[in-house]
Amino acid sequence: MNINPVAGAPHAHDGDSVSRLMGLVLLALLPAVLYGVVLFGWPAVNLLIVTLIVCLLCEAGCLWLAGRSVRLGLMDGTALLTGVLLALSLPPWAPWWIGAVGGGFAIIVGKQVFGGTGQNVFNPAMLARVMLLVSFPVEMTTWLEPHPWLSGSAPGFLEGLLITFGHSEIADGVTGATILGYARTELVMNHALSQILPEHYHTGFAAIGWTGGSLGETSAILVLMGGLWLLWRKAITWYIPVAMLGAVLVLASGFHWLNAERFADPVLHVLSGGLMLGAFFIATDPVTSPVSRGGQIVFGIGCGALVYIIRTWGGYPEGVAFAVVLMNAATPLVDHYLRPRAYGRTWSGQSRPISERAKHAAMGRDAGSGSR
Amino acid sequence: MRLHTFRGGVHPPSQKHLSADRSIEVLPLPPRLYIPLQQHAGAPALPVVTVGQKVAKGELLAREHGVTSAPLHAPSSGTVTAIGDFTAPHASGLPLPTIVLDTDGEEHWVESEPPPDPFSRTPEEVARQVGAAGIVGMGGANFPASVKLSKARQAGVHTLVVNGAECEPYVTCDDRLMRERATEIVDGAAIMLHALQAPRALIAIEDNKPEAVQAMRDACQNDARMTVLSLPSRYPAGSAKQLIQLLSGLETPSGGRGTDTGLLVHNVGTAYSVHRALRYGQPLISRIVTVSGGAVAEPRNLEVPLGALAVDLLNYCGGVSKDCARLLMGGPMMGQPLPGVEVPVIKGTNGILALTAAEAGEAQPASPCIRCGRCVEACPMGLLPLELSKRARSEDWSGIQALGLSDCMSCGSCAYVCPSHIPLPQYFAFARGKLAEQRREERKSAHIRELMEQRQARFARAEQAKAEAAAKRQAAKKQRAVVMEEED
Repeated sequence: MNINPVAGAPHAHDGDSVSRLMGLVLLALLPAVLYGVVLFGWPAVNLLIVTLIVCLLCEAGCLWLAGRSVRLGLMDGTALLTGVLLALSLPPWAPWWIGAVGGGFAIIVGKQVFGGTGQNVFNPAMLARVMLLVSFPVEMTTWLEPHPWLSGSAPGFLEGLLITFGHSEIADGVTGATILGYARTELVMNHALSQILPEHYHTGFAAIGWTGGSLGETSAILVLMGGLWLLWRKAITWYIPVAMLGAVLVLASGFHWLNAERFADPVLHVLSGGLMLGAFFIATDPVTSPVSRGGQIVFGIGCGALVYIIRTWGGYPEGVAFAVVLMNAATPLVDHYLRPRAYGRTWSGQSRPISERAKHAAMGRDAGSGSR
Repeated sequence: MRLHTFRGGVHPPSQKHLSADRSIEVLPLPPRLYIPLQQHAGAPALPVVTVGQKVAKGELLAREHGVTSAPLHAPSSGTVTAIGDFTAPHASGLPLPTIVLDTDGEEHWVESEPPPDPFSRTPEEVARQVGAAGIVGMGGANFPASVKLSKARQAGVHTLVVNGAECEPYVTCDDRLMRERATEIVDGAAIMLHALQAPRALIAIEDNKPEAVQAMRDACQNDARMTVLSLPSRYPAGSAKQLIQLLSGLETPSGGRGTDTGLLVHNVGTAYSVHRALRYGQPLISRIVTVSGGAVAEPRNLEVPLGALAVDLLNYCGGVSKDCARLLMGGPMMGQPLPGVEVPVIKGTNGILALTAAEAGEAQPASPCIRCGRCVEACPMGLLPLELSKRARSEDWSGIQALGLSDCMSCGSCAYVCPSHIPLPQYFAFARGKLAEQRREERKSAHIRELMEQRQARFARAEQAKAEAAAKRQAAKKQRAVVMEEED
């Protein structure tokens, strides 16, 4: 009988693990990934594969350099998830090196230089997206209309390879701006939203994702379903998604009510760009968000407010990546100030005395209603 | 009565079905009993018997030493064969001074007068009698019950909480005790109310024990002072602080006493022992122990003489199977891993568990913290377990104290939910050990400094005395010289 290795209490566990958690998140992303692949064809598959391979190789290389177990490090699934999230936020027909540079940057600079899993300050995928957007604005903002698989306009396998790895120019006819980008350009030219939107935007298409955009961000419905499934499986909590979406909804409703010609309606905001993906899958990254409930709510509100501010008044049409990265930087501060109140202590950490009144009130009330 | 709530907590599978339907059975008397002198909080007891001495059942073996201590009595009649070191019920496996008693199987009781009616005695006398019977908190805290009773009366406690929550998984000894001996528990509670001079008692039981709730309700329906409450099952509802919060909404002030809230918590087993002591004059010499776990052939609830070895209990329950990965005293959440099966049952032993690897949750080695915050959500004390463990790793002792390490009660909820399988309570235990060591060192150096100062003061006094004596001599000399001059 093997009696007792050195181990202290508790001698029980709920059975959850980091790799299971990451597996759930990956599974929840699967519908959005598949939809993106169907919508944008072979080039999207190529880009996804390149990004994932680079992420895993960089993770393995860094672990090996650091003298850690490569197998255990890869098994936790964090690098895979970073790769998927990054790929989902890229333009689907972007050249292969966008995925490769982004993946390498995410893992090496975004995560491993901080000390690996659990140590990074910024969400690696979003940090890489911000870097790519700032460094390669042309490649990162070349969007195209949906080219669904098996439809006449979809590129074949070889053509797909050429788009991703070759130098094929994407024909002008197939590209277009996202609704957020288009609206922003038109607004700058003092056109009213009532003129801009009707021909370019349809709420139903936006919801199911039949529109141009990043590989996996177009279908708000599929992302939302994945997010709700994660909530149901208790892989994430509602604090951040609800706070983030709520902040955008409140701000967008308020400004839309003030001036509907200048400010887009809240539904457009929620269904467009990477907001849904950000709220359920990116801002909820445990490593880079606060640990307490209050902190997470503040963090979510901050992310949502920044998204709205950047979209409306910033220099870029989309702001999820910037908003998340900025709030990541604020996380240590939020964690410092928003702690739960400890049992028997005041908010400032002093011992919390019980007043005679409270003591006797507790007795009086309980005794009064003391029925069996 | 409206219940309040407490923060955090977890819902481990209760596993009580393994043993909950087994009636209490009396363990056949083992040939040899091992009674450690330290089985309560406070100072170890002092032996009053000698090797070779024949003792009767219930006879005093060791008396209490100081205010916070408890006496020990012979669990059966027989001969004291040794007073020496024996493996203690602790993970370290270190030996503790222990009285070894060879039983003669006759079980003849020490002769004593039948005790007077407890309600005709003063509260002080009742508390003293509880102390003399060696009764300690039987929920596992092992704190001498008489000390708690008399302090609580002085603090003006208005409510006695009889704790039958039994929130630890597997353990069913309190459940069985309440089902089978409810009248005795209620009588013990009434005696404690008298000792406290308090007007009412709340009997708190988790709702996963409906039979116990019903039995207790039936037993106290004629006593208007007592109320039986069915609590929602959530670990650690049976912890005194959380139980007080559940019942009253009040929090024990950090660093303060539970009695500051006006409530005093005692385990149902303690109430039962008070009944035995005050009604029959029987000291605490046996208790109910749950033997359970996936590696035990037939889980049972046993009435066991103190000092019986874990192996005696396990053998009676059909032995331990090969897939036993963890042998515990207590429940899985807070229990002590045992160094072997040759370890005695003490007053606070509520369970002997043999768990399989799957039950003990030994799936994975620890991986890096991903800051998911589940430990923060689970902590019933509102602490930040991940930050505490980080401080412990970097040996930041002042930081860990500032984060409230002293508030942690090692309930294990944080580690239960940690997806990275980090053994958080072990970090906290390590930090506590280091801090205690630091305090000892500080006391030691303060003591040395004091001695040094005293020594220097002594030297200074001696110097001064010497100087004064020299001055006196000088003066005398001068005097003599003057006198001599005058004589010349």
